[in-house]
Amino acid sequence: MLKNYFKIAIAVLRRRKFFTFISLFGISFTLTILLVLTAFIDKVVGDNYPDKKRDRSLYINRLEESGKDNMSSGGPSYYFLNHYAGSMKTPVKMTIFSGSKGTNTYINNKKIAVDYKYTDANYWDVLEYDFLEGKPFNQQQVTNAERVAVISEDMKNEYFGDVPSVVGKYIEADNVKYKVTGVVKNIPVTSYMTYSQIYLPYTVSKTDYKNKGYLGDYSAILLAATTADVPKMQAEYEHIMQRVPMENKGFNVLYSHAEGYIASYVNTGNEKQSGVTLVLTILGTFVLLFMLLPTLNLVNVNITRIMERSSEIGVRKAFGASSKTLVYQFIVENIILTLLGGLIGLILSVIAIEVLNSANLIPNLVLSVNFTVLAIGLLICLIFGLLSGVYPAWRMSKLNVVTALKAQ
Amino acid sequence: MIQLQNIEKVYRTNTVETLALNSINLDIAKGEFLSIMGPSGCGKSTLLNIMGLLDMPSKGNIKINDQKTEHLSDKQLAHFRNQKLGFIFQSYHLINDLQVLDNVELPLLYRNSTAKERKMLATEALEKVGLANRVKHFPNQLSGGQKQRVAIARAIVGRPEIILADEPTGNLDSAMGSEILDILLQLNQKDGTTIVMVTHDENMAHKTHRLVRLFDGSQVQ
Repeated sequence: MLKNYFKIAIAVLRRRKFFTFISLFGISFTLTILLVLTAFIDKVVGDNYPDKKRDRSLYINRLEESGKDNMSSGGPSYYFLNHYAGSMKTPVKMTIFSGSKGTNTYINNKKIAVDYKYTDANYWDVLEYDFLEGKPFNQQQVTNAERVAVISEDMKNEYFGDVPSVVGKYIEADNVKYKVTGVVKNIPVTSYMTYSQIYLPYTVSKTDYKNKGYLGDYSAILLAATTADVPKMQAEYEHIMQRVPMENKGFNVLYSHAEGYIASYVNTGNEKQSGVTLVLTILGTFVLLFMLLPTLNLVNVNITRIMERSSEIGVRKAFGASSKTLVYQFIVENIILTLLGGLIGLILSVIAIEVLNSANLIPNLVLSVNFTVLAIGLLICLIFGLLSGVYPAWRMSKLNVVTALKAQ
Repeated sequence: MIQLQNIEKVYRTNTVETLALNSINLDIAKGEFLSIMGPSGCGKSTLLNIMGLLDMPSKGNIKINDQKTEHLSDKQLAHFRNQKLGFIFQSYHLINDLQVLDNVELPLLYRNSTAKERKMLATEALEKVGLANRVKHFPNQLSGGQKQRVAIARAIVGRPEIILADEPTGNLDSAMGSEILDILLQLNQKDGTTIVMVTHDENMAHKTHRLVRLFDGSQVQ
């Protein structure tokens, strides 16, 4: 039976090449976009270098203060994190680090744009950077506000060229020279919390990290001893937040959350709850709308194809096919079509991803089609096949035999 | 074998009501070869479609093998047609995307038969109509007569007790038409298949056991 359906499906596809092209183009193009997007999200969310202890980490990166007439939100300050989060008992370790900032430096009269960030010494324990050479700066160096730096592999190559070792050499950023203590493996800019090209001790920051304002440009990662301690750690932070005094009289509400990685990634910062639901709703709506157009197109093409085949439908019904059998046949045929489109989409995705990777649009972001992406792609194909096949199949099954036979 | 009682068929549109069949009573015995004649539009095909359970009468009852058919569901009707009936159409209605063998196997797809059985029975049916050497051909590679023979093979492959043929020679020249009629006559005589045939050809109709004439939806002979 299935073999027969397969034969018919292929024959129908070959008979109407233009329709087939439109159908396959619609499916494969949509799938390509979705697969590339999935690969991107998978990479951004799933890539855990150097943040390998996510399961027992909580992230604090937003703070919102609001009052009757005014509202401020942004990252917390070093003072705020150090003073309040630093007083927590549950975390076994905590690191505070700034966001990545851009500056220019010059080498051989050539301007280079570089990104740098400030960290504490714990940063190198909480996060597991791969050191290609040298080592991180230590607590003593941070306390002494030594002008030392850890740089990325890219930065090393760009600034120093192809040399075997740069540890002990000086790199200039923002008109200050820093002594390189280590070189780490590159991180894509999409890992926004940990990305940088130059890492400096926060004590050398030109802005006053001791400023007692609550808002700043810092984030913190709290590390629990075990995964089981994470909820306790989260509750402790919430508890502390309730007791934090208002920064000034203009504000009466203060929000800040210690959240898991994904929640912190999508946190908009100005809400009581995490942004996960919002982001999922937006993503889901986008995917649905994106799939709706080709699906409707396919429904339309399918109805036309069915009407062309009304004689066949009449014959099959006359010789014993029930409406249910015909619906099944048509859905199977449609799934064959969508799987074919899916296969083409997959090939196109691999090509698109290769092109994106080689074009290096986002430095150090290497996308790949992995098992998750493939499984999602297959699922999308099946949903596509069912969505676009059910209505035409239902219309077909309602055809009267005599009318169907006369239609030829 | 087939009993039609007070069959009436009315086609309704918003403004017009057309009586296609009017009080048809007909008894067709097992093994009978019956032909139906009449001018175009007199209701011959409608009557055949109703006998084949492809269309429902507006009034009246149909019994096939003493089984009432008016309350059968879509699934039951499909099963009944599959087991008991075979159809031959004037314009063949072969599926052009399938090879001859696959076309002939079609009724068996809706039975619990294996691919091997299907192939064997379809080859046998094609041998009966003299087309065993055309199994791999597609319908559009065949002549009109050959197409109709394939259609006959498809109608008989499931060994139905009744064959309903709607102007089976209507699109063929007289020589081809005679060949087709000979095959049908043989099926009737050798296998005892009950055949009802709609035709415009008086000579052919006279070769069958009985002739029924329709005029404006009513039986006149």
